[in-house]
Amino acid sequence: MKKVLFYIVLSLVALSFIYPFIWMVSATLRPESELSNLSPISRNFSTSNYRSVLEKIPIGRAFLNSLFVSCSITLSVLVFASMIGYALARLKFIGRELIFMVILFTMMIPFQITLIPLYVLMVKFGWTDTYQALIVPGMISAFGILLFTQYFKAFPQSIIDAARMDGCSDLGILFRIVWPNSIPALVTVGIITFMNTWNDILWPLVVIRKQSIMTMPQMVTLFAVGGQAPQVGVQLASATMLAAPIVIVYSIFQRYFIASMARTGLKG
Amino acid sequence: MNKYENNRVGYLMGLPYIIFFLLFVAYPLIFSFILVFHKWDIIGPMNFVGFVNFSHLLHDSLFWKSLGNTLIFLAIHIPLQIIIALVIANILNQKIVARGFFRAAFFLPVVISGVVVTMIWQQLYSQETGLFNMLLSKISLPKIPWLISTKLAMPSIAIMATWKNVGLYIVLFLAGLQNVPVSLYEAADLDGATGVQKFLHITIPMINPTIIMVLILSTLGGFSLFIEPYVMTGGGPMNSTLSCVLYIYKQAFYFNHMGYAATLGFAVAFIIMIVVIIQRRLFETEIYT
Repeated sequence: MKKVLFYIVLSLVALSFIYPFIWMVSATLRPESELSNLSPISRNFSTSNYRSVLEKIPIGRAFLNSLFVSCSITLSVLVFASMIGYALARLKFIGRELIFMVILFTMMIPFQITLIPLYVLMVKFGWTDTYQALIVPGMISAFGILLFTQYFKAFPQSIIDAARMDGCSDLGILFRIVWPNSIPALVTVGIITFMNTWNDILWPLVVIRKQSIMTMPQMVTLFAVGGQAPQVGVQLASATMLAAPIVIVYSIFQRYFIASMARTGLKG
Repeated sequence: MNKYENNRVGYLMGLPYIIFFLLFVAYPLIFSFILVFHKWDIIGPMNFVGFVNFSHLLHDSLFWKSLGNTLIFLAIHIPLQIIIALVIANILNQKIVARGFFRAAFFLPVVISGVVVTMIWQQLYSQETGLFNMLLSKISLPKIPWLISTKLAMPSIAIMATWKNVGLYIVLFLAGLQNVPVSLYEAADLDGATGVQKFLHITIPMINPTIIMVLILSTLGGFSLFIEPYVMTGGGPMNSTLSCVLYIYKQAFYFNHMGYAATLGFAVAFIIMIVVIIQRRLFETEIYT
């Protein structure tokens, strides 16, 4: 009996973490007058809110922008951060310690300091309202380098030596031998980088004003605060469209999401 | 393999980072430091003004207000976050049915964009049609002006932020709990310790590093608060939800005060540093194992 009660309470708590999202989806599928109903079911089913979003903002374009920016950054971070991580973990060269210190230093700088000068830099480069402004400042991450460095340190030296004997270059060793054996590290850095980029709003708000370059969260944010859609249902429909891709990916790979986030926390 | 070869490859592989660092970390830092001594609207020429930005900052009531708001946020968010995360992590650390499902459920808001969460909660908090006030009036309690009252707006945002982030901290605590040796609990059982005693005298000290980490991560999160007030309240009512980053953003991009915004950035970073140092002093303990 006590056990049953325990599970009921736990389920209710868990439900409170899921229910708001269910409520959001149901709110987008019914008329405004039924918004405050607690029950997610309604007889007056309608997709007009979604059609209204599609008419008002180019959200499909924003989705593709976000996808392009997030994929570019993720790929770039995986390649560059693992390359530098490999050099720091497995190569001996003068100045290695210095680079490592610089990376630790970079991680400790709060973004509040660099936000304004980075924006000025983008203006000087003439990069405002371009994809470069969204992608280039995110192409290498100090966190990624540190995680790869730690992971690669445990890689068996004998395998690297054997590959070198066979005339394999260091880049060849990294991408053909170390990469296939470092899937957990690649997944961790990949998921964290992708998620952070996909969900970032502040930086796109700062450097992008042109609607055709906007990322999806940025466009939804401006749609919500801009007063373009007074109806709550339409606003929430845009939010649902923003949440859907991540929810779908998360429900398939949730194990990896959680493991990745736990690992980054352990590092901090 | 000789030493020279290793040197060359090392530099070649490190080169992208060195360029990246100089361009996107070192240059902005140095430029930011120059900027704090100037008045600049980003279009015209930069005017050197010495320490005017600093003296302005000391007398800028909105800056202190944003700082106070952030401290209110942290004072509610951090204890709530740590207590809820610890309790749920402890429950999930036991052998229970569908543990993976529960963990995934608590984690769901973590992966979803902050703007989506904010838009949902804006409706939940709504004065007339919001779910919370509907429930309150159903059990005939007075409605709460969640986002309308200057006293309650920031705490309301802090509650929402806790709901969004607590899943991450549950997972971090779970990882911490799994590192506590079972033998310690067994020894305590032999001595006849109660569950509460075990929790206070074994669990808490053993996961102290995780607690410190959660403390620092949520502090950094509090000082980075932007999208929630930006979408929910615009910083209002009466600037009661104006956060540090929102204030920097407004100074830079509403008023084009680049020099002053850079000064604010430095000030906030300095305060973050102080707060984190104080937290470590207060809560970091040595572990004896």
